[in-house]
Amino acid sequence: MARLNAANLMVAQEIIARYPVPRSALIPLLHLAQEQDGYVTEDAMAHIAELVDVEPAEVMGTCSFYEMLKRAPVGDYMVNICNGISCHLLGSSDLIHHAEATLGVRPGGTTDDGKITLEAVECIAACTEAPCLQVNYRYRNRVTAEAFDELVAELRAGTAGVAAHGNLAKVRQHIGDDRRAGVSPPDGQGEPAWMARNPSDNGAGS
Amino acid sequence: MNAPAPAPADLRIITSRFDVEDGHTLAGYEHTGGYAGLRRALEMAPADVHGEVRTASLLGRGGAGFPAGVKWGFCPPGVWPRYLVVNGDESEPGTYKDRLLMERDPHQLIEGCLIACYALGLSQCFLYVRGEMAHAQERLAAALNEAYEAGYVGRNVLGAEDFSVDITLHWGAGAYIVGEETALIESLEGNRGMPRLKPPYFPASIGLYGKPTIVNNVETLANLPWIISNGGEAFAAMGAESSTGTRVFAVSGHVATPGVFEVPFGTTTFRDIIFDPRYAGGMRLGRTLKTFIPGGASAPWFFEEHLDLPLEKTTVDQAGSMLGSGAIVVMDDTTDVVRACHNVVRFFARESCGKCTPCREGTSWLEKILSRILAGQGRSQDLDLLMDVCDNISPGINWPPRQTTICPLGPSAVSPIASALERFRGEFEAYLPEAEETAVAVTTSAGAMS
Repeated sequence: MARLNAANLMVAQEIIARYPVPRSALIPLLHLAQEQDGYVTEDAMAHIAELVDVEPAEVMGTCSFYEMLKRAPVGDYMVNICNGISCHLLGSSDLIHHAEATLGVRPGGTTDDGKITLEAVECIAACTEAPCLQVNYRYRNRVTAEAFDELVAELRAGTAGVAAHGNLAKVRQHIGDDRRAGVSPPDGQGEPAWMARNPSDNGAGS
Repeated sequence: MNAPAPAPADLRIITSRFDVEDGHTLAGYEHTGGYAGLRRALEMAPADVHGEVRTASLLGRGGAGFPAGVKWGFCPPGVWPRYLVVNGDESEPGTYKDRLLMERDPHQLIEGCLIACYALGLSQCFLYVRGEMAHAQERLAAALNEAYEAGYVGRNVLGAEDFSVDITLHWGAGAYIVGEETALIESLEGNRGMPRLKPPYFPASIGLYGKPTIVNNVETLANLPWIISNGGEAFAAMGAESSTGTRVFAVSGHVATPGVFEVPFGTTTFRDIIFDPRYAGGMRLGRTLKTFIPGGASAPWFFEEHLDLPLEKTTVDQAGSMLGSGAIVVMDDTTDVVRACHNVVRFFARESCGKCTPCREGTSWLEKILSRILAGQGRSQDLDLLMDVCDNISPGINWPPRQTTICPLGPSAVSPIASALERFRGEFEAYLPEAEETAVAVTTSAGAMS
């Protein structure tokens, strides 16, 4: 299943057009595939390989390096509890133990209802808000055991206001055709025109 | 969200819009002086813009602290195109400032990028944001869309016939190592994020697609609008002679009021930022300081006797650590340093990319040895073994560290062990089974075997 659908294919082509070398779009395209299906399917990797003109194995090679890209289904919600040093000092181990007990899974595991995948992750840059976590990469700060249980209840009820796994930014970059400067390919192009500027020549001064 | 510290208003350069409600929008940015630096830059010759940054003595804010104006000068003449890659892959444990700069003042970063592109003839900019930072990605996407529409970015910037540059928003997918600038470039080329062999030491000579590439940290670039608006000399007049301007520090751990604070660079001391009520407000619950990490997980630890050192690059380097990425992690007297040490070492073991043997094997050995010590199964020689493995990763275990690896990740795992073992050896020994019991156990098993 699951090559990129027609709508996502258009998004993919817009992403690719922003890079001078198509292969550079690989990670954003893998995110797009994950947004569509909740994880990165083999068909999607093959499709992406066609789009950026590399072998599927190369797409797999890149995909398998990065922790966020999942090559098997995960829960609708990734609950990533930070276990970085700042969170560690403020009780992240206790929070992780509490989460294990509440959800009945170890880090890396998914609840039986397929809703929640628990992970213990490295520092997520909210160190002054320890202990913290992310649900599908949205922050929850200074999380207590009670707050964690409330979050789980909201996630199960679908009232947490968090988009399904795979969705990241709610806004996509869009460059209008009339505003586009154009990509800068590695071959070709001499010195950019503005480098010849010398404002003292035209009286603009500096 | 935590409010940044109420530092004196005149000292806030790059966090000045953090408490402006719509500071992240184009309207809010323009109302507060936004894009004045870009307008000023476009009235100057590109070389003069570069000159202002040199005069400012702006040190890179990513970790290594290399002077930005000097780094900019490493582009080989006559080789085109040149690229700008923005390092927004903030992942060093304890570090928490680039995310806020991207979320709360995205236009300031965009303006900084445009100024850098103009100064150096960089014909395309790639803004690489950490994958896990979804909110920062959407704030930057929204800001870029606005800035393109308004004519600040893209074709004919501010109507200039000769100056056009695209900024491409890019985002990662979870890998600490990608913060290393050559790994960042590999990742941006669509590859596994593994650092490149050096030399060349600077991507300014050979970088993205083999072309000259400037890789700058988010905070570094965020300073450019102010520098160009107010002049390099005004920037250099702030802070200390060798560490100019301001810096943003995140103070976390066992402090009363953890937070992200912009302070004068080089003159504020560790004691100020940890204990002053305007900043982190001292130890929580009236406890006492045991140790602190002065510059992110890679930095050797500091102690009580280092509190009066200024937050100044050279001083901290000479005292045996680094300001690194502006992350101060404070531990009080309740801290189990063996567990804290294990936590940091586990991070490096997990994030090692696997390219260099001393790091790939060494960091995971260190983690395993510490794990068994914590499990009460340590051996009497384990503490020496830890140091021996450290010595294989970073010969001599000195500061700055020698490397047997392509990048500094492996040697970074040595820092917490060397610091903690030297200072708190007794706490490690307390985890080891009693020497006598070990001896008995050995005798018994030997007896059973014979």
